[in-house]
Amino acid sequence: MSPVVENVSCPFCGCLCDDISVEVEEEAIVKVKRACTSGLGIFMDYDARPRRPLIAGREVEWDEAVAEAARILSAADSPLIYGLSSSASEAQRKAVALADRIGAVIDSTSSVCHGPTGLAMQRVGEPTCTLGEIRDRADLLVFWGCNPDASHLRHFSRFSLTPRGTLTPNGRADRTVYAVDVRPTGTAKKADHFLQVDIGSDFEVLTTLRLLVKGREPAADTVGGVPVARLQELAERMKTCRYGVAFMGMGLTMAAARQLNVAELFTLVAELNEYAKFSVLPMRGHGNVTGADQVLSWTTSYPFAISFARGYPQFGPGEFTAVDMLARRAADAALILASDPGAHFPGAAAAHLDRIPTIVLDHGPSVVAAKARVLFPTAAYGVDAAGTAYRMDNVPIPLKRVISTGRFTDEEILDRIIEAVE
Amino acid sequence: MLGILGGRVYDPQHGKDGEVGDIWVKDGRVVAAAEVDRGRAEVVDAAGLVVMPGGVDIHAHIVGGEVNAGRKMRPEDHRGHERARSGTMRAGAGGTVPSTYATGYLYSELGYTTVMQASAAPLVVRHTHEELEDTPNLDNGAFIVMGNNHFVMKAIADKQPERARDYVAWLLGASQGYAIKVVNPGGVENWKWGRNVAELDDEVIGYGVTPRQIVQTLAGIADDLGLPHPVHIHGINLGRHTSARTSIEMIEALDGHRVHLCHLQFLSYGPGPGHVHRSEAAAVAAAVNARPLVTVDVGQVIFGSATTMTCDGPLQHRLHVTTGGRWINDDVESESGGGIVPITYKASNPINATMWLTGLELFLLIDDPWRVYLTTDHPNAGCFTSYPQVIRLLMDRGYRREMFDKLHPRARKGALLPELDREYSLGEIAIITRAGPARTLGLAAKGHLGVGADADITVYEEHDDKEAMFARPRYVYKGGVLVARDGAAVADVAGRTFSVAPPYDPAIETDLRTFFKEAYTVSFDNYSVLAGGAHTEQVACG
Repeated sequence: MSPVVENVSCPFCGCLCDDISVEVEEEAIVKVKRACTSGLGIFMDYDARPRRPLIAGREVEWDEAVAEAARILSAADSPLIYGLSSSASEAQRKAVALADRIGAVIDSTSSVCHGPTGLAMQRVGEPTCTLGEIRDRADLLVFWGCNPDASHLRHFSRFSLTPRGTLTPNGRADRTVYAVDVRPTGTAKKADHFLQVDIGSDFEVLTTLRLLVKGREPAADTVGGVPVARLQELAERMKTCRYGVAFMGMGLTMAAARQLNVAELFTLVAELNEYAKFSVLPMRGHGNVTGADQVLSWTTSYPFAISFARGYPQFGPGEFTAVDMLARRAADAALILASDPGAHFPGAAAAHLDRIPTIVLDHGPSVVAAKARVLFPTAAYGVDAAGTAYRMDNVPIPLKRVISTGRFTDEEILDRIIEAVE
Repeated sequence: MLGILGGRVYDPQHGKDGEVGDIWVKDGRVVAAAEVDRGRAEVVDAAGLVVMPGGVDIHAHIVGGEVNAGRKMRPEDHRGHERARSGTMRAGAGGTVPSTYATGYLYSELGYTTVMQASAAPLVVRHTHEELEDTPNLDNGAFIVMGNNHFVMKAIADKQPERARDYVAWLLGASQGYAIKVVNPGGVENWKWGRNVAELDDEVIGYGVTPRQIVQTLAGIADDLGLPHPVHIHGINLGRHTSARTSIEMIEALDGHRVHLCHLQFLSYGPGPGHVHRSEAAAVAAAVNARPLVTVDVGQVIFGSATTMTCDGPLQHRLHVTTGGRWINDDVESESGGGIVPITYKASNPINATMWLTGLELFLLIDDPWRVYLTTDHPNAGCFTSYPQVIRLLMDRGYRREMFDKLHPRARKGALLPELDREYSLGEIAIITRAGPARTLGLAAKGHLGVGADADITVYEEHDDKEAMFARPRYVYKGGVLVARDGAAVADVAGRTFSVAPPYDPAIETDLRTFFKEAYTVSFDNYSVLAGGAHTEQVACG
């Protein structure tokens, strides 16, 4: 029988499920248990063949690639370091050390995702909790502008919708579930109640809920396409639940009003604590995007969009966010760590990446990797490298190395680049 | 090799109170003169200078989940306090919640070389250790919160104290922690129901145990296991007018145990006229004076900006509702919780002014300086960078009076502080900032300059203005390496993290595997930081 590694953590999404078992045969993964379809891909589709670094598509020695990366970064006036969220915190720490050393701008995928959530937290705070509190206590769940049914495939069964917990012994039956979104999602179908809001109306609906919670009456009968009577019903449930939790996602952060939507939800949740116990949990996406926020905050004091150009950290969302840096052509070189802005950024920003020399560290293929001036094929944390990642509720989870491929880690390559620029 | 020669040495553990002497250093330790090849040693002429052991902070929030959430929440706190990169020293930002690198350098610039992280929930302690690795120039350790821990409360309810003891021993090892921390015992669990506790005999919902049982059990375990540091307690009713009464009741309930009560200033109030609490420092200090096994740190309020952060979730909600300030809450499954609220303390606010004088009264009314330590519960009552100001307040009663006269009249009325003429000596300052906390922490190589001590040494230029003197040490050595000079950090050395790993009956791990399935969303095998985690130095128990 092949050796089985138990309690493996899956680095795919912010759930970081750490109960996966992986069967390994001669340093190849042959079977994976308990992972969702996304997680299965992480392990089963991993191309573990050793690969050499490339300069402009040509295979080179590691030393040569490191030297070229260092040359590019040293020559740049305004280098950008971007990505981070699919790497481990050990590598993220090195990425900040490099940014500090060369006076770069550093930004994570947070800025195109839950960046507005961070700005809302800075504005009003954030009453939150760990996923176990939700499983064990929560009797009212509100999914707002998020669809874990499609994005976080084991969230429902492990943490929120169906698991049996100490105060929720009957699982799904012990929970009342609302979904609020602009369209009927998979999550909405699994909810007890679905409130469909007009596109761009989340803020008004949230404000109305705040009024209703405080016992005030809105002038209208319908707000944002939702009958006030239904909001009144939700407000009453919120005030009288044992432990309520609101989950939120891109439906709030990337809709009009962005951080104002999120701040309104966070404020509602804070105010509810004068009546019942209530928490909010942002549905963070990438495996370690929460770790990127954490690492950047402890090393620089700021969670994303940081410039070291003046020798010290400056925080400038809209200024030092990667999309803005690229679209304004303000970066003249880029190091991309474990992400694919080539595929995901708006056209003007992605186009600038084609104009400037790029250094890419990634364990698999991507648009930005295909066009890289220097490509380092690194190990994947959680598969052939060990490290640390932070779950969506800020709980740090160890990532195991389940197979040995001899590939360098992001941390090792960044360390060598730091040495080479010095 | 290094010699610091001819300085006035303040080493209270060895009875040195300003006697002129030499300190010799080899391989990071203090050694006898005979062991040093004088021809090859670097020599520092310390004639006329004051030589003390490096500062030891027994209670500060410098790293981990709550600190980092505070940093992230407060960009305005950092602006204007940036630190540029310099040589191998990293860039960062200060303010009330500095970044990790800045924290290390700022402490060096104050002459401090050891700081204990005041709280860490074991579920997230891996984060604490990651940040400690990125905190230079400070030896350290983390206190592990257990006062609302489900396994502990269940063992108490089941009348199985030996199970609680084995679990605590296991947990300290698994989290690479240094001491047992208790925060609002039972109150944090009740906050998950929107409630709190108000009395030592109130019930914890779902467990039927009381705050009294929790602290007595954990204090007994700390003694039983021979932990180097006693149970470290943040009591109930923090900030309330009932806190002095329940603090005294807590001291009485723990009679016969070693116990450390942290930031006691916040828990020394009684009911006053109107809505303003009054200081009950005199009564609390009397209770401390009467029990030699009790040590305290003060948590002195500093006027200005602060960021309150504590595992005391219900307290922070109340502070949020009172101040209208931004509020972070974080309930942590099966073990803890916490909250963060920024605040500004003002002399013109009668409540803040009362808090300020309560702290000073505790310092001045607790007779034995070996049992009262300087802290600001950083960053709760103020930033650690304000320690020199506190030292001046203790050493200079004229300055103290000047500050007192600026307080809101309602706080001044009937206050005891102006009647207290006591002034701390330099030797006593060396006790409350070094020798005392090191002794209570059980860190045998810290807080003194005898042979075998770590070569953590601070050299000051004597000055009439004690704030100026302590704000700008001439030289600071950490393990024999010069880390700050003339009040500016000059080097970046790795800190050591101290931990304990007391023995336990391994049968407990079988129980824990079952407990974990119900209590946690993280698997047992991934919970311990020993799984590919922190590298710490063990301090012996017993």
